[in-house]
Amino acid sequence: MSIRERMSGNEAVAYAIKQINPDVMPAFPITPSTEIPQMVSTYIANGEMDTEFIPVESEHSSMSATMGASAAGARALTATSSCGLAYMWELLYVAASDRLPLVLALVNRALTGPININCDHSDSMGARDSGWIQIYAENNQEAYDNFIQSFRISEHPDVMLPFMACQDGFITSHAVENIELIEDDKVKAFVGDYNPENYLLNADMPMAIGPYATSPFYMETKMNQRLAMKNAKKVILEVAEEFEKISGRKYGFFEEYKLEDAEIAIVIMGSAAGTTKDAIDALRDKGIKAGLLKIRVFRPFPGEEIAEALKNVKAVAILDRAESFSACGGPVGSEVKAALYDAKVGVTAVNYFYGIGGRDYTVESATSVFEDLMKIADGSMEPEQFKYVGLRK
Amino acid sequence: MAFNFKEVMNKPERLAPGHRMCAGCGGTIVARTVLRALKPEDKAVIGNATGCMEVSTFMYPYTAWEDSYMHNAFENAGATLSGIETAYNALKKKGKVTETYKFITFGGDGGTYDIGFQSLSGAMERNHDMVYVCYDNGAYMNTGIQRSSATPMYADTTTTPVGSQSNGKMQNRKDLASIIASHDVPYVAQSTLIGTMKDLYEKAEKAIYTPGAAFLNVMAPCPRGWRYDTPDIMKICKLAVETCYWPLFEVVEGKWILNYEPKKKLPIEDFLRPQGRFKHLFKPENEHLLAQYQEEVDRRWEDLLFKCSR
Repeated sequence: MSIRERMSGNEAVAYAIKQINPDVMPAFPITPSTEIPQMVSTYIANGEMDTEFIPVESEHSSMSATMGASAAGARALTATSSCGLAYMWELLYVAASDRLPLVLALVNRALTGPININCDHSDSMGARDSGWIQIYAENNQEAYDNFIQSFRISEHPDVMLPFMACQDGFITSHAVENIELIEDDKVKAFVGDYNPENYLLNADMPMAIGPYATSPFYMETKMNQRLAMKNAKKVILEVAEEFEKISGRKYGFFEEYKLEDAEIAIVIMGSAAGTTKDAIDALRDKGIKAGLLKIRVFRPFPGEEIAEALKNVKAVAILDRAESFSACGGPVGSEVKAALYDAKVGVTAVNYFYGIGGRDYTVESATSVFEDLMKIADGSMEPEQFKYVGLRK
Repeated sequence: MAFNFKEVMNKPERLAPGHRMCAGCGGTIVARTVLRALKPEDKAVIGNATGCMEVSTFMYPYTAWEDSYMHNAFENAGATLSGIETAYNALKKKGKVTETYKFITFGGDGGTYDIGFQSLSGAMERNHDMVYVCYDNGAYMNTGIQRSSATPMYADTTTTPVGSQSNGKMQNRKDLASIIASHDVPYVAQSTLIGTMKDLYEKAEKAIYTPGAAFLNVMAPCPRGWRYDTPDIMKICKLAVETCYWPLFEVVEGKWILNYEPKKKLPIEDFLRPQGRFKHLFKPENEHLLAQYQEEVDRRWEDLLFKCSR
């Protein structure tokens, strides 16, 4: 029997870490992820887990030490947010190229400029091309479930890529909701023991990691990372299927909510999906065929599958919680549109921005987007790209 | 165990020949000497900050390192090794690793004094059981001889070039050994390449086999950057010590110990003269700069004598 509890997203992730009981966790505090290392430290202090915690002097060092520990043969993870992730930026690429199966609990927060501690996705979107798997949670339950699955995906011999488990700062990380936890022994059996093939502390076979690779070799490294990312698609689904057996909860690349017969749809990631679902329910009551596609897996990007799922809608709004300042769209918008184009899906698509720096995204916000889509679908409004939802007038 | 030159030199090399470091590179001699201080039966994981040593010894698909080795980035050798050392403790406790491992990282002065300083400071303060070896050649040699905070005063570097309005670097070098000693780590030493390498070998041995964090600051001349005649490396090192420019000392559990006091302290000119980077100091109009240089060397030497007399 699963355990019914009430927890915040941070508590849920810290609890998952306790159950996984990794070998090493270096971490440095940053709002809103700080609670995760705090809670893990408390578990360790009370003898509830035996992870070695390294209280490093910066996020740069937390990533560096996590990489060292992982290369040494340990199961290692860390947690951060926002500028902490930005400070790790150089090393994110190194970790992926070194093929280190480590996990980062990312609590999404806006990047500074001006300083802001609230949620948006600018931190992880900045790292989207670093070679990490990125999976996003809608709520505390998903944050927990994704975390339990993380090492299985990351450590798979066909993958061996670092894993970013993302949840929305404050909205998910600090809001307490009901949650179903899985029993310790089931989690332990599911995650399994970690026995890497190559590692620094292998007395029989020393290993050198982090070479200087000249142009005759560098490009193959990247190609191999690309292949691993492709393999991750298969592994993510396999692990999800196995996870369903112990949890009863089903996961894929994305969740479709009332999308099957939808004429208008929103594509969104993270906690705003729940708000959007509420708006959809109200619209459906009025007979309006609205639907949602909530992206869970952003890296690897399931472009073909998304295009397939959207092929019958008349108009779609792709909502980005991060600017890319290309002046022609946000990261999710650009990638979904490219996927639609490649799949020759001719749906009219607009790309809006919402929730930047923690700006409220309400049921009314979602409804206003659907109202635009209705007009775009019936031809009464020209699509307007790159609107900011909820911008102060 | 008393130092036996023949025995020490007959220990198996842990940095294989065939690496691409320059002929006469001081850093390579430092690495080989430090690695000789490992007990042959002990395993080691070697860390390395980005720099000459890293790009020359581990160019894919070849490595010159006999032990496990990790290069991560320029500025994080301390933190990377602290993760490896912690993983060792975790895996040893769980019985997944049974052998004895030692952890040594090498960094140039760029990766140690400057960009990697925070990472080093953190690793030292947390007292990981590791040795951080700085091979200090006094500039960013890998990128082409730019000044670092280890560059001595008035050195001609490519970012402190000597010109009509410039006498080279305007600042004194940072005293990193003192700074690390202030971290209250169990063992700090300063050394260079002297005679049979007994000084460096013994300090490396102490550093490796003292539990907790240890730091070795080793002056490692770079013939390209310092512009001396390459075969003169041992002469240059000896002059650095005999002029008291580079004193040999240890800080053991907070106690400062002077390892060598020249019978007759040589003038600083003797160390500066053979090096092209200080050529401008020997113009007649720069006599006052030499006097000032001597004053600074004397001040630091007196300060060290005071620390060691307590």
